[in-house]
Amino acid sequence: MALADVCGFKLGNENSYFISSEETGLGVPSLKDALRMSENFTVPCGVNLQDGINTAFTGTDSKVKIQFDHGTTTLAFKFQHGVIVAVDSRATAGPSIESQTVKKVIEINPYLLGTMAGGAADCMYWERVLASQCRVYELRNKERISVAAASKLLANIVYDFKGMGLSMGTMIVGWDKKGPALYYVDSDGERLVGQLFSVGSGSVYAYGVLDSDYRWDLTEQEAYDLGRRAIYHATHRDAYSGGVVNLYHMKKTGWEKISQTDTAELHYQYAAEKAGKK
Amino acid sequence: MECLIGIQGKDFVLIATDTISARSVVAMKDDHDKMYPLSDNLLMAVCGEAGDSIQFSEYIAKNVQLYKMRNGYELSPRAAANFTRRNMAESLRSSRSHLVNLLIAGYDKDEGPSLFFLDYLASLNKMPFAIHGHGSLFALSIMDKYYEKDLDFAGASALLMKCITEIQKRFIVNLGKFRVRIVDKDGIHDKGTVAPEPVVAA
Repeated sequence: MALADVCGFKLGNENSYFISSEETGLGVPSLKDALRMSENFTVPCGVNLQDGINTAFTGTDSKVKIQFDHGTTTLAFKFQHGVIVAVDSRATAGPSIESQTVKKVIEINPYLLGTMAGGAADCMYWERVLASQCRVYELRNKERISVAAASKLLANIVYDFKGMGLSMGTMIVGWDKKGPALYYVDSDGERLVGQLFSVGSGSVYAYGVLDSDYRWDLTEQEAYDLGRRAIYHATHRDAYSGGVVNLYHMKKTGWEKISQTDTAELHYQYAAEKAGKK
Repeated sequence: MECLIGIQGKDFVLIATDTISARSVVAMKDDHDKMYPLSDNLLMAVCGEAGDSIQFSEYIAKNVQLYKMRNGYELSPRAAANFTRRNMAESLRSSRSHLVNLLIAGYDKDEGPSLFFLDYLASLNKMPFAIHGHGSLFALSIMDKYYEKDLDFAGASALLMKCITEIQKRFIVNLGKFRVRIVDKDGIHDKGTVAPEPVVAA
């Protein structure tokens, strides 16, 4: 007798996920739950969004032009005392700076942080959906959701909308039973675990600084300085990043906001330090 | 840019994959595992479109396990490969297909070791050796020349090193180290990672 019979396991829907998802659009049973908060977020029937939406808004010959916010520098890394999250605060639309005071770290709950890169609205909306899902999980299971599960929830949701124009590159940072955790999730549906990530147009510059000085056994103060410095250098070179550096530290007791520093201030501080060395 | 390499030996199949996870020009990760165990004697290596590779291979892996629970016996490597091919072929005709390339390596009590090559257009072939990705441009001819039937593990490893050394030498993209696993009658065995010596093209 097969294990499934012994356990009395029955599956109602025998259809392949990939076939049924095509026929019913977003009504995939396994994802209904994950999308509970967004059940009213419906997409038009009979229109294939996967083909049209990108060219409809961003194509050269389209009358409706939407310029999505893209430029950003965000980073997060694990070290001996937890996880550091540092981000810039500039929002741009095409060539213009729309804001210098954006909060790009999304506080999902006291033990989970998300970062924002790509479409601001997409990140904010879907991480809010994620926040509600995490809360529901907590109420049902009487324990906090693991970071792995939370990030997978988000990855599965955005994968369902793959090709429909979502744009987000986010890092999910948290502390659960297994300790500190860091995941990268993007709108392609990619989800990676890692020690150190940087996302956004300035990420290449941030990686440079980060990779040079990163060690597992950084002290707390060294880690804060490294996070700030990496973001500063990215804002210096990347026109689409700037404003202030927001710095968070994920500890066993939950996240703490460490600092908010103007990049101009950092610029002169670092310049003075360099001059002092000579 | 990714590279999957499979070599069938006398009583095992060796699979090696690169370990880079790239977003545009940035390597986000240099220890990425692109292999998924489907069952005790079945291993799948995956590359292709981000997101699709995870979702598709997890779907296949879980369904192969579900089959065992429902029926009390496992799918053979050949059956699992054909199951995967069918799913791929069906998704190919849907509004959004899964763009993934796979290698499926298995060991069957009766049929012995087998290696299947499955590309994103759902063409399935049983091969003695196979390579996915740009690496195949450089390494297939090496395989053609040096591959022999009934290789032992040392022979297969030497052949693998020949291939990745050539890829490292002639391909401009740095694929980093390769993760190696083998499948034999006792199951799936981790053989760690190998990295070719850095060389400069002559």
